[in-house]
Amino acid sequence: MYNFEFSKPSTVADAVAALASEDAQALGGGQTLLPTMKQRLAQPETLVSLTGIDELKGVCQGDNGAVVVGGATTHATVAADAAALYPALAALASHIGDPQVRNRGTIGGSLANNDPAACYPAAALGSGATITTNKRDIAADDYFQGMFTTALEEGEIITSVSFPVPEAANYQKFVQPASRFAMVGIFVAKYSDGVRVAVTGASEDGVYRWSEAEAALSSNFSASALSDLSVSSDGMITDLHATAAYRAHLVKVMTGRAVAAAS
Amino acid sequence: MAKISMTVNGKAVSGEVEGRTLLSAFLRDDQGLTGTHIGCDTSQCGACNVHVNGVNVKSCTMLAAEADGAEVTTIEGMSNADGSLSVVQQAFQDYHGLQCGFCTPGMVMTAAALLKENPKPTEAEVRAYLEGNICRCTGYHNIVKAIMAASGQDVMPVAAE
Ligand SMILES: Cc1cc2nc3c(=O)[nH]c(=O)nc-3n(C[C@H](O)[C@H](O)[C@H](O)COP(=O)(O)OP(=O)(O)OC[C@H]3O[C@@H](n4cnc5c(N)ncnc54)[C@H](O)[C@@H]3O)c2cc1C
Ligand code: FES
Ligand code: FES
Repeated sequence: MYNFEFSKPSTVADAVAALASEDAQALGGGQTLLPTMKQRLAQPETLVSLTGIDELKGVCQGDNGAVVVGGATTHATVAADAAALYPALAALASHIGDPQVRNRGTIGGSLANNDPAACYPAAALGSGATITTNKRDIAADDYFQGMFTTALEEGEIITSVSFPVPEAANYQKFVQPASRFAMVGIFVAKYSDGVRVAVTGASEDGVYRWSEAEAALSSNFSASALSDLSVSSDGMITDLHATAAYRAHLVKVMTGRAVAAAS
Repeated sequence: MAKISMTVNGKAVSGEVEGRTLLSAFLRDDQGLTGTHIGCDTSQCGACNVHVNGVNVKSCTMLAAEADGAEVTTIEGMSNADGSLSVVQQAFQDYHGLQCGFCTPGMVMTAAALLKENPKPTEAEVRAYLEGNICRCTGYHNIVKAIMAASGQDVMPVAAE
């Protein structure tokens, strides 16, 4: 790893100021960034740790009933503290990586990174979440812009993520056995005004909404509503773990399972 | 270089580190605590697990500077005050939960973290909790047995896979 300056501010304002310098980068739990830096795929001159900022941590219920997760909240904290408020979100967090990764990795880091096989992007898009930064609120529909690409600007910090709580929801992850990331992951959420279906792990464009399934499930929320739908393998990822056709197949199978398991 | 201080196994320590110094390197190279093993250095294997403020982490994937001011426990701090093996360590010996022993420090740290959270885990819970700890020798079976025994539970129902 190339060397860098390390700083650990205790307020968002100080972190934003520190990130204004050129080649400074935020450090969440480091569970993605440190391995990347070891491979010399990233070489920031300054790392600004967000782990000392109390205002970025924790899970609470907002005024409108939404569950609000601080940007530097670990996966382990979401798994424990969102369990009563939004069980499907807590269950998703409780299956990210392994216990040690969950003890350090944060929601802000996961959403900023937007790995095409990551779990949280599916929850955020599937819940129609709002991503709040030090500058603005961004709707999940506008936030995800292709693999490893988001609406975030240089030096912008995710301060919190607000999830409207659905009537029923479920996340089904077909685990890639070596990395434990999603080979295909489906987040289904049923709201009073319709159903949202977000797909991760499958597409070369990163997380996306499967709109045909949303329409079918909005009129009939049962796995059988999917039976006439087909998923094209165009634009799906092919790698040594699965072909595009296999991933396309899994999208439909896992969506059916998520609907059947939704509660 | 920056000065950092922390408590390691109950003892106050300090040192000068670069930004990029990993906690694993600080413990092994500066403090001479080589029980913390580096199996992969890519965040996969868990041989480097230590507890930071009571939380089990991969010390190869945490900066030493992030642990400034923290309470750190390594495998060297896991034995009883009189130097005898702790319940978890003794169970690994009794149930043959190691072969080459390379993964064992990390396994013991993870087992201790599990039993603190969940004193009577089921076999399935033990196996799920070991997701981040890789062993290339044992096939995990005797590790699971050892952890079940350390929790005071019967090990007979633990079936070979
Ligand atoms: C063994 C292993 C298994 C894993 N398995 C899974 C899995 O199954 N599913 C899954 O989804 N993920 C998985 N991960 C990734 C894990 O969830 C990471 O914790 C997460 O992707 C990144 O979060 P972090 O806090 O560690 O971010 P970091 O690694 O610190 O940072 C990642 C990126 O986000 C930026 N960043 C960090 N915080 C913020 C913020 N608040 N605002 C703006 N930018 C920020 C950083 O600058 C960097 O670019 C795994 C990781 C490992 C090592
Ligand atoms: S050496 Fe840290 S996880 Fe393998
Ligand atoms: S005992 Fe050899 S790696 Fe586990």
